[in-house]
Amino acid sequence: MWETIGIWLGAFLTLFIFSFLYKDNPFYKLAEHLFVGISAGYWATLEYHNVFLPNLWKPLTQEGRLLLVVPFAFGIMLFSRFTKKFSWLSRWPMALIIGIYAGITIVGYGSGDLILQIHANLLPLWTDNWFTSLNNILLTVGVITGLIYFFFSKEHKGTLGAGAKVGIWFLMISFGASFGYTVMSRMSLLIGRVYFLLGTWLHLLE
Amino acid sequence: MVKKILEKLERLDRRIIFIFIFLAIIFPLLLPMNLDFSVTAPVQSFYDAIENLPSGSKVLVSCDYDPGSMPELFPMNLAVFHHLLSRGHKVIVMQLWATGTLLAERAMVEVLQDFPDKKYGEDWVNLGFKEGREVVMVSMGTNIPKAFPTDSRGTKVEDIPIMQGVINFDDIALLMNVSGGLPGTKEWVLQVQSRYHVKLGSGCTAVVAPEFYPYVQSGQLVGLLGGMKGAAEYEKLLKRPGTAQRGMDAQSASHIIVFLFILIGNIAYFSVKSKKKKLKVSR
Repeated sequence: MWETIGIWLGAFLTLFIFSFLYKDNPFYKLAEHLFVGISAGYWATLEYHNVFLPNLWKPLTQEGRLLLVVPFAFGIMLFSRFTKKFSWLSRWPMALIIGIYAGITIVGYGSGDLILQIHANLLPLWTDNWFTSLNNILLTVGVITGLIYFFFSKEHKGTLGAGAKVGIWFLMISFGASFGYTVMSRMSLLIGRVYFLLGTWLHLLE
Repeated sequence: MVKKILEKLERLDRRIIFIFIFLAIIFPLLLPMNLDFSVTAPVQSFYDAIENLPSGSKVLVSCDYDPGSMPELFPMNLAVFHHLLSRGHKVIVMQLWATGTLLAERAMVEVLQDFPDKKYGEDWVNLGFKEGREVVMVSMGTNIPKAFPTDSRGTKVEDIPIMQGVINFDDIALLMNVSGGLPGTKEWVLQVQSRYHVKLGSGCTAVVAPEFYPYVQSGQLVGLLGGMKGAAEYEKLLKRPGTAQRGMDAQSASHIIVFLFILIGNIAYFSVKSKKKKLKVSR
């Protein structure tokens, strides 16, 4: 019974949201406000039960891991931003968070993106397979001309200008591919909802 | 007459486009055409990576997505679980997105209907959600039981048979990430694959797929399932049709509509523009 109520509620809320495609209306507003409110409540509860209790409160109070007082204090210090007088206190935990994340991501980007991607672009331009050769040439030309386009220390004239123009073409093609994938993604979401309405709600699909 | 039509098309109400898109999606779902589609190399290589693992290999699946990306990612989550269990692999599930916990459980419950003999703790386990994003990934590189001391049901990891001998990524044969955003595949590639050289496969939304194809080319990803199309290709390889494969007709029809409207819009725009230019010159 509860499942049926949930399906009907989900179907009506979906239709309320879709009604915005015609024009803004109170039904859309109702669904939007419900979504924002429920999301906020859901996240707060989830974070409390999945993060605060198992990672801090229980180990601190039940297992006696007193060192956790430090992150607890740092967490509270983040809330000092709400007062003008003590807002400076929030800089300490922020500095810690930024420092840790910067350290972790710099190593990751350096080794995973920069070095390995440069390595992956060092390809033979002539191989036994003509299709692979063509792919490698296209990739190399695309990388070089793309880099030329983003080289701003010299005016894009002559050979540099021609390279930059070719680079723009490569960039445009990549933007087109990204746009195509975005359209596909959005259509998939719409298909998911229509599937729910026609199948789960109205039982029109096998 | 033609001019009027072109001018009308140029100012076409967007709601008419919405109606056409809706119809293009509804009809193929009601009356499937079962259009054929090919399997792309990144999907095939992902499939092969699982096929080539020796039976009983331990595979870590990180389900990092939310209900918002379910139409794209849930079918591939189902297909991956099904493929892994059918090959006799041991599945260790985890989440870096809190919303992924229920979805991963739901996917596994659905798949287990085909494998009633598979047991929790022996054939699969859900380590649950852990906050900390990249920090969790890096800490798993040194000690997985320390990063996840208990599973999602509260059982200590050392008491779970499937987790015996799992210390770090050296004990994981393949890592699969179902990615709905951040943290997701990019972070797994940068923080885990590049550091610990674990075999990594990805199933992601179509929006971010173009960003990850270079990782397939460089060998950092063993394979990539991009959006609903990737999931449909994977279902085709598994010979197990699901919602992704069923959605492909609607996907194709809606793409044709989008293509036609782009074409019509451009024809109308350039025709009206050239006519206005001619009028100016004649005056």
